[in-house]
Amino acid sequence: MKEGKNKYQSRREFVRRAGKVLVIAPLVALPFALGKKTNASGYVWQIDPMKCTQCGQCKTNCVLTPSASKCVHAYVMCGYCDLCGGYLRQGAKTISTGAENQLCPTGAITRSFVEEPYFQYTIDEDLCDGCAKCVLGCVNFGNGSLYMQIKQDLCVDCNDCSIARTCPSQAISRVPAAQQYIPKDKSRG
Amino acid sequence: MSKKVPYILLLILLIWHAAVFAQDRFPRPEFETGYVYPVDQMPRQRSVAWEYIDVAVLIMALSVTTWLALKKRSRQGLVWMSVFSLAYFGFYREGCICAVGSVQNVSLALFNNSYTIPLTALLFFLIPLIFALFAGRVFCAGVCPLGAIQELTGIRPVKLPKTVESIMAAVPFIYLGLAVLFAAMESQFIICRYDPFVGIFRLDAPYTMIIFGALLLLAGVFVNRPYCRYLCPYGVLLNLFSRFSSRHLTITPAECINCRLCEDVCPYDAILPSNDSGGKEEPAKPRKRFYVYLLLVPVFAAAGGIILNNLAPALATMHNDVRLAREIRLEKETGVEAVSKAAVAFKEAGKTEEELFANELTIVSRFKKASPWAGVFLGLSLGLAMVSLTTTRRRTGYVPHQGKCYSCGRCFKFCPVQPEKTV
Repeated sequence: MKEGKNKYQSRREFVRRAGKVLVIAPLVALPFALGKKTNASGYVWQIDPMKCTQCGQCKTNCVLTPSASKCVHAYVMCGYCDLCGGYLRQGAKTISTGAENQLCPTGAITRSFVEEPYFQYTIDEDLCDGCAKCVLGCVNFGNGSLYMQIKQDLCVDCNDCSIARTCPSQAISRVPAAQQYIPKDKSRG
Repeated sequence: MSKKVPYILLLILLIWHAAVFAQDRFPRPEFETGYVYPVDQMPRQRSVAWEYIDVAVLIMALSVTTWLALKKRSRQGLVWMSVFSLAYFGFYREGCICAVGSVQNVSLALFNNSYTIPLTALLFFLIPLIFALFAGRVFCAGVCPLGAIQELTGIRPVKLPKTVESIMAAVPFIYLGLAVLFAAMESQFIICRYDPFVGIFRLDAPYTMIIFGALLLLAGVFVNRPYCRYLCPYGVLLNLFSRFSSRHLTITPAECINCRLCEDVCPYDAILPSNDSGGKEEPAKPRKRFYVYLLLVPVFAAAGGIILNNLAPALATMHNDVRLAREIRLEKETGVEAVSKAAVAFKEAGKTEEELFANELTIVSRFKKASPWAGVFLGLSLGLAMVSLTTTRRRTGYVPHQGKCYSCGRCFKFCPVQPEKTV
């Protein structure tokens, strides 16, 4: 009886050891399998402005309020127009800085005179909530110098970006952390 | 009508313009006053170095927790450890990236060539498992911020019926299987999407997330650690590794005297009672049952494989492209207008439907290849769980169930045995 019990226990011991080897094996194999597929700096989420359709979901679907995605301005591309499709509401009676004429719901765009007939448009990042209305206006009637980008200092870098998941044009993807932004103006890198 | 014509013309022009010339519709000005272009702000992310600091803190916290649970045997210490982890990994680092979610990064990297896993994510996946192999689930005890927030709010433990407990215990396996599947198929990271507490850590989230988290916490006051027990997919792995751990927290510091004082104190039902004195069952009967269940394991695995294979087209809906393709096809075939934003964007983008449907086909066939394996995993787990029910182990004292025990240390104070003096 005693011998039988010992045998029983050694079999148990064997099963236990075999199980241990079975679970350790993949754990050891994993770093080797992923050895070449590892990077040290990771990714950030960014909007490809060429794919973006200005649907406005960036504003509502980010886990942050206000959203980490905001409008940025590629000044080099801008036409500095008096009649700005990104600044003025459609059907605005006069071209002025009056609140009733502005397209931006939060008044985040400032218009300042440069020289005849040019005006500079600047985005106040603190006021911008990423609704993309101005971007749509600028793409429809303008050079498309306004575009959406995820501000990396605000982005909390979720493992799974909740705007990327719902982006209808799949414009948001992981980009290598070295890149950070996808500027529309190619002179910037 | 004539009043509207210019607007219609303008509209046509605009649409045409938008499609053809995305840029430079208006000439760039040549400034005469020496105007310089302002540089717009593109601030960089918080330094990547933080992520490596996180890894260092993770290792340190795990070591301290191991010491507290196994050597010092201090529940109070473990509670303070939970407070620290909740504050650091939870509220300060805002719960991302965590070991629980890293399962998906590993899966995505393993099955896709376009993605390389960040080293920190890989380390966050591996290190808690390595610790589990040597010291049990110390990660759950005081390092995981999700566990910590529940540990600290679980103040009125109530025991659930065994049946409920064992049925609910199957959910994490399903969650893990699906999470790995969806991550591998580049569809979604469901663990992150349905993370209940990350919204609380950030103090900012969609209201659904906050409600889910708050409800779980509320339930957790009575049914301790509901997320860990009935949802956490990483817990499945920790459970498995911890079963084979070389050392583990013990209820008693010395020899168990079978006083039964600790019998009912574990809120997680993880204390295995001593059964040495119990009546012996006829050995032939359980042995026969054992072999029957062992033979059933491949049957369960095959059944799981078949079921998930049949579910593959439905599971593929989790992929955005598949959903879009089905919506467009529905519009084509039955005339139900595709109104989702994705469909609108697709129509604007001018991609061909053939492309979309071909893409759908590729994704669905990938799902068909992969989902049976998820089914096999689920069947195997179920089968092996049933096999383990048929075996009884002789225990001379009260010991923690190495898989289920979170090493929380609630049982320490109920053990009257004093540690042997080594002096």
